[in-house]
Amino acid sequence: MLLQNKTAIITGASKGIGRAVATLFAEEGANLFLISRDEEALKQLAVKLGSDSNKVSYFAADITDQDAMKAVFSEIRQTKLSIDILVNNAGIMEDAVLQMVTPSLIDKIYQTNVFGLIDASKRASKLMLRNKQGSIINLTSIIGTHGNLGQTIYGSSKSAVIGFTKSLSKELAGINIRVNAVAPGFIDTDMTRKMDPKFFDKNMASIGMGRMGKPEDVARVILFLASDLSAYVTGQVIGVDGGMII
Amino acid sequence: MNNDNSNKLVQAFSTALEIDPALVKDELKYQGIPEWDSMSHMFLISELEEAFEVEIDTDDVIDMSSVAKAKEILAKYDISF
Repeated sequence: MLLQNKTAIITGASKGIGRAVATLFAEEGANLFLISRDEEALKQLAVKLGSDSNKVSYFAADITDQDAMKAVFSEIRQTKLSIDILVNNAGIMEDAVLQMVTPSLIDKIYQTNVFGLIDASKRASKLMLRNKQGSIINLTSIIGTHGNLGQTIYGSSKSAVIGFTKSLSKELAGINIRVNAVAPGFIDTDMTRKMDPKFFDKNMASIGMGRMGKPEDVARVILFLASDLSAYVTGQVIGVDGGMII
Repeated sequence: MNNDNSNKLVQAFSTALEIDPALVKDELKYQGIPEWDSMSHMFLISELEEAFEVEIDTDDVIDMSSVAKAKEILAKYDISF
């Protein structure tokens, strides 16, 4: 098993890509700390994924709430488990052409996709410092790497994740903490199912491999970055998009 | 004076900065020696948190500019010297 005796923190763990990552990591033997706003879904997932060989704990918290996140990481620290992996998966997507963008929309998207991710990285990397090793995986998007109409704010928030990933990877490389990003394309999740049908069809037509990605397709790349298979990889952005062209 | 906490503090500084414990004096300042740079400051915070079982706020991480200041800050977390 690739993650035996490793411990991972996963944000946005209750559904979609986060849930797939949690499931795959549990199969690979990892202890898990799952974070999401949806307590009931987390509870059910924790029961499903826990076993004799791995521990699964969960925290119902919003990553934009710094006090809540402080309390979560304080509890994690008190377990004395060595933290090896952080998957910054929590994110939101809302579309609006620029002339319809409001300050509250910008604030909402950036609070989760950027500020929450930075805060979680800061707290987790502090826990990784003592052991001088770790892997942080940030979820960006093909919209962050290529841009898209109607997604200036979402896209720029995901571009910020890439900039943060690259700079933090340089800051932490000397202490063997790796920082990478994954850029999913069109993945079958609640987020994409809510999309305007017109855009949905256009996106489907742009995928070279002719199918939507599954959360598990993304989870397997995240597993690679979390595990020692990628021990010499840092500061990278890996696209998981089936040859999608935007 | 709490000798146990003083010893823990000296040990934390010595381990994080990789310096002789004898060098850990109140006057020792952040960036006052090559060993206490911004990266080793992060190790120092980690060592202090572990030694005293506290979580040091970002403002205090920034303010921790000397050994004397570290003691002053830790006092806010009910650690006496």
